[in-house]
Amino acid sequence: MIQFEQVTFTYPGAAEPALREVDLDLGEGELVLVTGRTGVGKSTLLGAVNGLVPRFTGGQLRGRVAVAGQDTAHFPPQEFAHLVGVVGQDPLAGFVTDTVEDELAYGMEQLGLSSEVMRKRVEETLDLLGIAELRRRALSTLSGGQQQRVALGSVLTAHPKVLVLDEPTSALDPTAAEDVLAAIIRLVHDLGTTVLVAEHRVERVVQYADRLLHLPGDGTVRDGAPAALLTDSDVAPPVVRLGRLAGWRPLPLSVRDARRRAGELRERLAGHAPPASAPGGGAVALAARRLTVTYGATVAVSHVDLALHSGEVLALMGRNGSGKSSLLWALQGSGPRRSGTVDVSGTDPGKVPARRARALVGLVPQTASDLLYLETVDAECAQSDTESTAPEGTCRALLDSLAPGIPGGRHPRDLSEGQKLALVLAVQLSSAPGVVLLDEPTRGLDYHAKARFTEVVRELAARGSAVVVATHDVEFVAGAADRVAVMAEGEIVADGPTARVVVSSPAFAPQIAKVLAPQEWLTVEQIAGVLAQEKGVPA
Amino acid sequence: MRFSLRPLPRTVHPGAWWLWALAMASCASRTTNPLLLIMILAVCGYVVVRRRSDAPWALAFRMYLLLGAFIVTMRVAFRVVFGGGQGSIVLFTLPQIPLPEWAAGIRLFGPVAAEQLLGGAYDGLRLATMLVCVGAANALANPKRMLKALPGALYEIGTAVVVALSVAPQLVESVQRVRRARRLRAGGQKGARALRGILIPVLEDAVNRSLALAAAMASHGYGRTGRISPRTRLLTGFLVLTGLLGVCAGLYGVMDASTPRYMGAPMLLAGLAVATTGFLIGGRRLRRTRYRPDRWRPGEAAVVLSGLSAATLLYLTTKVDAADLYPSLTPLTWPEIGALPALGILLGALPAWLAPPPVLEQGAYDGESASSRTGAGEHGPTAMTKEPAA
Repeated sequence: MIQFEQVTFTYPGAAEPALREVDLDLGEGELVLVTGRTGVGKSTLLGAVNGLVPRFTGGQLRGRVAVAGQDTAHFPPQEFAHLVGVVGQDPLAGFVTDTVEDELAYGMEQLGLSSEVMRKRVEETLDLLGIAELRRRALSTLSGGQQQRVALGSVLTAHPKVLVLDEPTSALDPTAAEDVLAAIIRLVHDLGTTVLVAEHRVERVVQYADRLLHLPGDGTVRDGAPAALLTDSDVAPPVVRLGRLAGWRPLPLSVRDARRRAGELRERLAGHAPPASAPGGGAVALAARRLTVTYGATVAVSHVDLALHSGEVLALMGRNGSGKSSLLWALQGSGPRRSGTVDVSGTDPGKVPARRARALVGLVPQTASDLLYLETVDAECAQSDTESTAPEGTCRALLDSLAPGIPGGRHPRDLSEGQKLALVLAVQLSSAPGVVLLDEPTRGLDYHAKARFTEVVRELAARGSAVVVATHDVEFVAGAADRVAVMAEGEIVADGPTARVVVSSPAFAPQIAKVLAPQEWLTVEQIAGVLAQEKGVPA
Repeated sequence: MRFSLRPLPRTVHPGAWWLWALAMASCASRTTNPLLLIMILAVCGYVVVRRRSDAPWALAFRMYLLLGAFIVTMRVAFRVVFGGGQGSIVLFTLPQIPLPEWAAGIRLFGPVAAEQLLGGAYDGLRLATMLVCVGAANALANPKRMLKALPGALYEIGTAVVVALSVAPQLVESVQRVRRARRLRAGGQKGARALRGILIPVLEDAVNRSLALAAAMASHGYGRTGRISPRTRLLTGFLVLTGLLGVCAGLYGVMDASTPRYMGAPMLLAGLAVATTGFLIGGRRLRRTRYRPDRWRPGEAAVVLSGLSAATLLYLTTKVDAADLYPSLTPLTWPEIGALPALGILLGALPAWLAPPPVLEQGAYDGESASSRTGAGEHGPTAMTKEPAA
């Protein structure tokens, strides 16, 4: 269905090609997962399928890319609309119309399908994706999961033979991600659609994939069965790493596979207790009392009591729109607050000037790049030192400890997601706040960047800061958080040590916990520690 | 066989509402009689209340009413300040501000007469009523659906307008988000430097967004030309350009008497014909269809007819008995309602019963249980949008 013949692609001005002599032949009805670290060319590969690369990006493409025999060199992306459906990471950015029904029909209008066909296909697609009750809703009022499903629907109505999905579930909470994935799986099985999907959160998709394309980073593409390729891939979900550790062959790809093999491992671990996460022994760094945030008639946060201890990492979880962001902004003092008090060592950050509040509580917002506006990293750092009246070089030193080796002359826009996050964090930390709030920091980070970020968060806590991370990423929570609070409808519905809160929850449990339940293990590292200890002590 | 007179709920063709509203506005333009004008306002208001949907644009009608009230107030206030018209019934006298010699003919304040106030009020009310009629059309018809009814060759313009309309609120949201973020850094700069701190991330955001949108539209097949020979494309381009040039030349010829005769109307017509041919060929070559196009059905005809009959009756009144339409100010008399204009305006209220009722979106929100199953919060990702700037 999709053919790549000796494809080499170089971005304009780049020294090295992003894709190098790629040969692929993807058949009908295959679900192909594309993995690799950030910036290795996953999006380039996906964009090349319908000719958006190089027609929208510039650069030079050698070799031949064809879909169903139609060559991208001869036709613009428009002429692939009936063959290839493309869904990006941010569905809202790709919407052309303003209501669900119109968006579903838009592609068909461009193809010139008759009115009757359009009516029929819209109804079918609404049912296929389970969004029939949303048909007249404005697109901007939908939740992330709903938007992503509408975006999927808008390309499905054209009955494409190939679906190209670039990080379709990255921004979604675990339940919404499952809904979107279920819809994709159904397409592959029922309609024989070829699906090419790139995803950082490999654990969500790999169990369904027929084939894996792994981009190691030098422009080449490794192509093979998922279980075989993952044995030495640099991108691997926790369940695969557990399989490697325990020596299971073939590697388990899903929790189910692993659980069926894990009987023996569970027995071995039975005698050990998971290391208890450090109890919030530190002093109370921030205390919020009956905090309420409203927007018009909508109650975003309702009577929340929350205490943050220094040296403790709190993960704030909950579905999209449950009030996590509103709570963080209200705690920092920059966001609106209807009632309630916040107390940071005797001061309320909402009642002091911004500069003072910033020295008490630092917040890294969801779109971290909003904070950056200068041309170079050095300029940002210098500006940050003046803003926080810190000695010159404070911010740069922080940056080097968070992410060493970022060239000072680089434009912040050209940094990778992980480096950008480090820069914004350094900017916010230069005023030395005792409380650090992070809103969805792990978005767009690959496993390595995430592992590095986990260390950063742990170091912050070790230095005595109280850290709050709002996130959907259960694997990150398992590795980084001491305590988890779950929000729903603006209220905190669960609050306790990580293991206790997540292990019992079907949505928020990390893969390792699911495999080894009822034992309260959370990460591969914990298991590795125990097994190493066992080996060290002769039986 | 049973025949129900109550029409089924559906969307009415936006063109029908616009024609009706323009007809009502033309009624208003023919009279200064406050009683008739208030009748027109009541008719428009009633039809809007009965037949508008619960979409956001439908709620804008109130804004038009407020704007109308503002117009009337301003008109009256101006009459008081500048004391324009003279009248015999002086209500009260304000101290007059003496003006220098060269400003003779302008009077500030001074005696305020009833005639003068009423004249201002009548005039203002007429303008306000016409405005409210247009507001009624906006509340009843989705402005975006109106764009969809454009002929095929103008499709691109319609799309551009729709995209622009959805980008504007996104830009506002972007500015709010960045302003809040700036507060987090406690920038503390003022003026140009602070503006820069907001402008650069917002512009970056806007550019990224438009690139993403362009790519998405291309992948959806926007601007598909199909396998049409470049010659056809060249031909349409040539026809449209030549035609438009001809139109320009023709317009010039019509306005300027010194140009030769053939440069005038004939040139204009020929240019129009050529351009239209180009548009037609262009429209045909783009094979594109409409999803659920608005059709012209008896309901639409009834709406337009009621508006037209109202306008016709008002027009007849001006021929038969114009006195009712322009109540006398000197001498001051009570305005009276004639049977003919009153009947005409009442005819304009018929769409309140004859037009099909709108499809209300209430049903859409019954799926709450389903949407909460999908982990969808009721405010979803727009929660960020709803957080106003601090």
